[in-house]
Formats: sequence, C-alpha cells, structure tokens
Amino acid sequence: MTVETTYRRHDRPLWRRLLLRPEAILIFAIILIVVLSIIGIPNYLRPNPGYTFTTLLLNAVPILILLLPLTLIIATGEIDISVGSILGLSSASFGLLFEAGVPLPLAAVLSVIIGGLIGAVNGFLVTIVGLPSLAVTIGMLALVRGIAVGILGTTSVTSFPPEVTSFVRSSIPGTPVPWLIVVFVVLAIVFGVLLHFTAFGRGVFAIGLSSETAAFSGVNVNRTKFILFVLSGLTAALVGVLFTLQYSNAIGSNGNGFELRAITAIVLGGVSIWGGTGTLLGAIVGGLFIATVNKSLQVLGIGDDAIYVITGSALIVSVVIASVASVISTRRRVTTSAT
Amino acid sequence: MTKQSFWSWLFKARELSLIVVIVALIAVTTVTQPQYLFSEGGLRDLLRTPTLYIALAVGQAIVMITRNIDLSMGSILGLTAYFCGNLFHEAPWIPIPVVILLTLVFGAVLGAVNGFLVAFLRVPALVITLGTLYAYRGISVLWIGGNFIRPEWVPADFKKFALSNVFGVSNLLIVALIVVLIAGWFMTSRRTGRDLYAIGSNPDAAVLYGLRTKWLTFIPFVISGTLAGLAGIVYVSIYATGDSKVGLGFELQAVAAAVVGGVAVAGGAGRIWGVALGAFFLATLTTALPVLSIPSLWQQALVGVLIVGAITLDRVFFLIRLRQARKELSA
Amino acid sequence: MKFSNVMRSRHGRAVGVAAALAASAIVLAGCSTPATDSGDTGSGDANYNIVVMPKSLGNKYFGASDAGAQSAIEGFGGTYTEAGANEASPTSQSPFIQTAIQNGAGAIILAANDPQAVCADLESAQAAGIKVVTFDSDTNCRDAFINQATVDGVAQGLVDLAIAKFGTDPAQIAIESGGPNATNLNAWVDAIKSKLTEQAPNIEVVDVVYGNDVDADAYNAAKGVITAHPDLDGIIAPDSVSVKEAAHYLSDTPELQDKIWLTGLGLPSELRDYVKAGVFDQFGLWDVGALGQLAAYTAKALIDGEITGAEGDKFSTPLGDYTVGKNGEIVLGPLFVFDKDNVDDFDF
Repeated sequence: MTVETTYRRHDRPLWRRLLLRPEAILIFAIILIVVLSIIGIPNYLRPNPGYTFTTLLLNAVPILILLLPLTLIIATGEIDISVGSILGLSSASFGLLFEAGVPLPLAAVLSVIIGGLIGAVNGFLVTIVGLPSLAVTIGMLALVRGIAVGILGTTSVTSFPPEVTSFVRSSIPGTPVPWLIVVFVVLAIVFGVLLHFTAFGRGVFAIGLSSETAAFSGVNVNRTKFILFVLSGLTAALVGVLFTLQYSNAIGSNGNGFELRAITAIVLGGVSIWGGTGTLLGAIVGGLFIATVNKSLQVLGIGDDAIYVITGSALIVSVVIASVASVISTRRRVTTSAT
Repeated sequence: MTKQSFWSWLFKARELSLIVVIVALIAVTTVTQPQYLFSEGGLRDLLRTPTLYIALAVGQAIVMITRNIDLSMGSILGLTAYFCGNLFHEAPWIPIPVVILLTLVFGAVLGAVNGFLVAFLRVPALVITLGTLYAYRGISVLWIGGNFIRPEWVPADFKKFALSNVFGVSNLLIVALIVVLIAGWFMTSRRTGRDLYAIGSNPDAAVLYGLRTKWLTFIPFVISGTLAGLAGIVYVSIYATGDSKVGLGFELQAVAAAVVGGVAVAGGAGRIWGVALGAFFLATLTTALPVLSIPSLWQQALVGVLIVGAITLDRVFFLIRLRQARKELSA
Repeated sequence: MKFSNVMRSRHGRAVGVAAALAASAIVLAGCSTPATDSGDTGSGDANYNIVVMPKSLGNKYFGASDAGAQSAIEGFGGTYTEAGANEASPTSQSPFIQTAIQNGAGAIILAANDPQAVCADLESAQAAGIKVVTFDSDTNCRDAFINQATVDGVAQGLVDLAIAKFGTDPAQIAIESGGPNATNLNAWVDAIKSKLTEQAPNIEVVDVVYGNDVDADAYNAAKGVITAHPDLDGIIAPDSVSVKEAAHYLSDTPELQDKIWLTGLGLPSELRDYVKAGVFDQFGLWDVGALGQLAAYTAKALIDGEITGAEGDKFSTPLGDYTVGKNGEIVLGPLFVFDKDNVDDFDF
C-alpha cells in the first residue's frame, strides 16, 4: 500500500492529481456539455439564459438534497432505498395536516419529524435487530408508500398559500439561482463538514472499509448507522415538504422512483456502492451531471423513454468502466510488486 | 439439536406456517364471500394467478441465494410479454411452442446481460439491475409506444390453455409446479445448485475452495431472466393484452415473495419450495383483498408489512436460537 | 481498500470518458435534428409550432388522440411535436413544459396528470405567450379546455344505458373506476351516483372499486367486486382499462355473462371482440381522434386570435362550429354509443 501511494505521490504533480479526481472530471464534463449545448442546440438559452439554468436547478434540487445523507449511508456500505417513499409520506401528511387547519410551519415540522421516526425504524431494524439494510428499506419502500397513498386516499391537497409556493419557486433576486438551492447548499455544507472534517465522518468511511476494524478503533458502528438513517429520514421528509410547496401539490405518489435517481447520481459521482470511498462533492456533481444531460436532451425534444435508456446506460457504463479499470490496475500492481 | 437440524426445523416451520396462513386466508375470504372459492371462475383464478408470482419469485430467489439481487425482473417481464404478443401478431405462422421458446430465449438474453456485467465485470448487482430496470423499461416504451397487445393477436388455443385445467388444477399452476420441481431439484440435487448456496453463504471461502465463482454468479441471472420471460408469457396467456407498462413494480413483489418464502437476503439460504409458497401467499393476498373489501390503496402497505415482518421474525428466531445454543455451550 | 488511490483516479477518468461520450452524443443529436429549431413555422407570422403532451407515453388512448392532433396540425401547416413523460405522475410533465417554452412553441396541448402540480410551469408558458389548451383532464391554469363530453353528458349517457337495461326493477350495480386520483373519473363517478339516486332509485350503487389503470389490477378489481357482492347485477366502468378487464373477466367466466350486465367507456379496438362475442352489448365513448383534432384547431384559433377562451367565443373547424362555454370549456359532443353493429367502423 505504501509503495503504491508513494509511487503516485512522486509520479504525479498535485495539479494533475486534483484534475484526475472524478469530481473534477465530472465538473469538466458538465461545463463541456453546457458549452456544447449552447453552441449546438439553437434553443438551449431561450427564452433567456436565466430560465434554462433556473429550471435545470429546480428540477435537480429534490434529488440533490436527497442524495446528501444517502451518500453517507452508502459510504458506510449500507443503503436506504426508502427515501422516495418517505418523501411521499411527508408530502401526504403535510397536505393532510395543512388541510386540517394546522399552521403551515407546524405541519412542515410535524411531517419532517414523521420522516425522522421512519428513519429511526430503519435504523433500529438495521442496527439493533441486525437486518440487511437493502431488505429493510425495500420493505419500508413498499410499506411507507402504501401508507402515503392510503392516508390521502383519492384526494390531493393543492390549496397552499400562493405567496408561499411562489416564493419556494423563486430565485435570489437578480440571479438565476433558486432559493431552494440555498437550502441545498446549506445542507451540503453541513453534511460535507460532517463527512470530511469530523471524527464522525472518519468513522463513516472506516465502517465502509471494515466494520470490525472500525469498531476496534473505537467507532460506535451502530450509533453511527442509526444516526445516518434518522438523518436520511429527516432529510427525505424535508424534501417532501419543499417538493410539495414547489409544485403546490400534496399527493402520496410524490417522489416515486426518486431513490433510484439519487443512487444513480451517487454512484455516477464515484462513490463506491460497497462503501468506504467517495466524496460528497462527487455525489453532488453526479446529480448535477444527470440534470445537465437531461436538460440538453429535453431541449432537443427527446422524450422520457430515451432519457430512461440513457440514464440506465450511463449508470452501467460508469460502474463497468470503473470496475474494469480497477481490475486492470490490480493486475498491473500485482505484476509491479512481483518484479 | 445440531445446527443442520435446527435449520431444517426452521424451514419446515416456515413452510408449515405459510401453508397455515394461506389456508386461513382462503378460508376467511371464502366465509366472507363463498363465491371466492365456490364458483368455477373463483377456483380457477385462485389457482392460476400465482403462476406469475411463482415464476418471478423462484428466479429472484436463486439470484438472492448467491447474495445478489435482480431489480430488472419487472422490466424484463414487460419486454418479454410484448415480444411474445407481438410475435403472435407479426408471425402467426410460427407454432405456439416456438414462440414460447423464443420468448424464453429473449428473457435469458436480457438476464445474461445482467449476469455478464455482474459476474465478469465485477459490478454490484444492485447497481447493474437498477440500470437495466431503467434501460429495459425505456426500451419497452421506445419500442411499444402507444401500441399494445390486442386480444385478437393472441391465438385462441393459447388463451384456452391458460383457462383449462387437468383434474381441476389449472394448466398454469401445473406449469408453476414443473418450474418449482425443476428448480428445487437443481438447487438441492445438482452440484451447481449446491455451489450456488456455497458462494452465497461465503464468497471468499467459495473462491478458496476452487468454485468457478464467475460462472456461478452469471447463471442465476440467466435463470431469473428466463423465468421473468416465462412470467411474461403467462401474463399474455392470462390477460391477452398489455402495453409498455406491464410488470411495473413487479421486481418488488418478487423480492417480497422470496423473502416471505424464507430466502435470506444475506445469501446462502432459502428453499425453492418455501419461495413458491411465499409467492402463492402473495398472489392469494392480492386476489383476496378486493373481495374482503380492503381498499386497493392499502395493498402496497401490506406487502411492505409482510417483507419487514418476515425478515424481522427470521432474525428474532435466529437470535433466540443463538442465545439458547450459547447457554447450552456454557452449561 | 489498498488500491483506493488508483481506483479513484481510474474511475474518474472513466467517468470523464462517459461524460464526453454523452456530450458528443448530444451535439450529434443536435446537428441531426433540425426539426427542433424554434420560430415561426406556420404561414405568415403565426407560430403554429404545437407541442402535444399526453398523460404518459405509451398510452393507447393518447396514442389515438395524439394522432388526431397530428393530422389536424399538419393539415393546417403547423409543426407537431409529441413530448411526454414515461410515468403519469403529477410532476413528470413539468420539464417538458419548460422545454416547450425554450423551444418557442406557439401552443401546448396537454392532458394534465394533476390539476395543480404543473401550473407554475404552465403560467410561465402563458407569460411567454404560449397558448395552453388542455384536453381529457383539466388544470387550474389554461386558455381553453376541450371537454370530450360534459360530466353531465357522460354520466347521463351511462345512466341511460343502465335505465334501459333495468327499467324499474331493483338492481345492484358497482362502479369500476381507473386511478383514484383522476379528476375526470371521480367527477363522472359522483355524477353517475347522484343521477341514479334521482332518476332510478331502484338501481343501487353498492361499491366503487379502482383498476389503477393496470390490466391485472383492473381484472382483479372486477373479479373482486363481483365476488364480494353475490347479488350484483351490473358494473359501470367509466374507464377504458377497467371496462376492458371487466369484459375480459366475464369472457373468462361465461357463467357470469347472463348475470352481470356491463357497460362503460372504452376503446372500440379493445372491446370489439367482447361485444361481437356477446360478452356485453354496449359501451360509450367519444371519437378520440376528433378530440385531438379539436384540441389542435382550438390551439390554432387561440394562436390566430380568433378566440381568447372567453365564454361565447365562436370558431369554425373542419369538425364543425364550436362555441366556448363557461370557464373556457369547449365540449366535443354527446356520448357516442358503440354496439356490435358499428364497432367495426372505428379504428382507435
């Protein structure tokens, strides 16, 4: 290991190492796509450039927020695929509470707490009972979605105050940046600091590399995982409230399939699904990359059917190439150390 | 009690309790509404709908036993169903058995794509099948568009096969039984089948032991693809229609049936016979709920309760047993 | 994780390659699809660039209405684009409305998945001068709504069929609807119930079940409701998937065919075989292709400034003369009843 690291450190200057990080390459790719789209797609910047980027960000922001805690969970080697359903339940409960006369902020807080409780159930089943998170959250995906669709029944709540909903969609005055992006940036900084600059965050990666080693070196594995699932539930529920206001529509089916989109973004951003490696920035950039590609494809008049194929293929291609590359480099390293 | 006999006890308990639950469910529903069972259509539907679930669940179970997962089964079901219906329409001169065979091969190819990527390129099954869940569904919509399988495309003989029975047992259920028998025999009596359990329960040991792990990881995906194709054929034979949305969300039903039927999500354990019962239970539940006047909106929540409940109970039983074993050891 | 350093940089390069491929694919696509450029494609300076959005792609009903819209739009020299989401979820149409704005469409014709969720985007579209016409399912924000038939007309048409069947004999019927959130379906179900209470108190609605727009669910719902109510005499299914699957269940279960009377709203192409085989006799619908055509002609009239969507506006189309009714509604016509004698005349 030391041999390899030293070799790398001496072989490549700092700027090259930075530029070769997946985050840097994805950012470059995003810029490339935007530039090529501006040149190649006549309507890309119509009706005005602000509109293009505002809508791009507004479409992306629910996934961008969802993927923050999910990235940490995946970094521990666990997974939470119930986030889309928690979003839906939060949306439904938010709508129901508001319709029942609960003040809007209180309804929002209560809905977020409900999400946190569901996250706690996930965390309990994974840590205390000791069940695989994939199985737990597949079950909770169905269970929570079922409750979300069940409690609102045949109705959807749309009577939110227009001044609130239009504010949620609005941008910082004078910029194309939606206020929702500010929410995202604040949360991203919180989660980024948590993951990359605290003992808790080092514990997250340690668990992902090896639970046993992490436990030996003093990381409270169960407590860490439990906190992450609660954070994931709270965040998903917060997105549920924001999404409801963004579209002024509370309905149990909101957020259907979002868990898959968030995981796609995270994996594309270079976070290993086995845990232990990756950065939050990578996951975020992965989400922005997908949103940017989607925007360009949509302006070209390409429908969701083709976008599905492209999203699925991009996910597969990125992991396949990464995997093949690691196999090759492993072989090369084995040969190197043999000589 | 040795470890071996404990496990066999647990599996027997699982299968026995599933049978009890299924019988109870049918009994309660029939008492509420005698027509549920005691009408010609009633018994027939009770016995033929499960085939769809059994085919999917058995395929999913074999993948899960090797510690992988196949989330693309619903999308494969959709693609193969239209492939089958469209073949009947475009090439009515092809004999029905050949159409069935071609559809199965198509399903196997779609599964083999998953298997190749997972086994030979060493990419996590969760990610790959998530990708093909999207990609195959997108291909469905691109290919099928606003079209759909029209009832008149499907040969009368084919529809009749699905409606007929042998001594009161629906033909389709017999198909399911054959699948279960072959899969059960393969998993328990064939070397390859037993090796699948081995790589699922301890992949590292399996490598050390010299098992061809790549090959053993690849095969289950081909099987699950083929069985999803079979489910597609069964879908066409029952419903004689279908658009680009066929099979949406069925991958979760398949996982649910496998888990309820006793497959360990961590791999290495689970019996085909139990899985078939799990699938039968789930199918019965979906036909019983509307009769019991439980709003269809709540059905998905119930499926979730079943998955979470089944895995939790398994774990609790395991922990109790572990504690007992420790006590016995220290005594 | 000995090789994490290596893996990361390799992975990064791989992602970059994938990204570059995607980017170049986009540009290539951009070069090869000149049809998407914006601007005034119609005669004079009217912008007949019209985007048609079904509830979701791959839905046969909207396949027929979109085809109607296409023939009308191409007939008056406009540009037809179909844009849509894979899933009929409340917000899935949103990015495609944004796209229509970016591509400088003259009008959007839309079957909304939700009355409210797409409004923010539709309002941006209207602010950009795009005319918004809804059909099939309305929204709270549009210039005109093409109603295939009034709620009253649909309900009355189906209730008339029920009264013709049962007369004054006591009867129990059930309603099998599609998705529980569909605005138009819920309105029809309510209207059918209230009309039956008023006009035929002898006919009792004992249950409302949902087929969820999914073949298998609709089949099970029909089976479930017939089983749950042993004295059931009939089913009204104002949803094309539900009526098809109810007919399918009856066709699979011949002993029920004399006992259970069925009608509903369905597509002739799907119900032809069942009606001709005598599984059931009659069903209603409007001409789906004409619905799409009328939406297209209305969009043209709005673009031309011939109408504004105000009540009392009149315009002529090759389909006939229409008047905008209350609240910007334009009604296609009365419910059309199909039976075994005319069902072969329609190909949608």
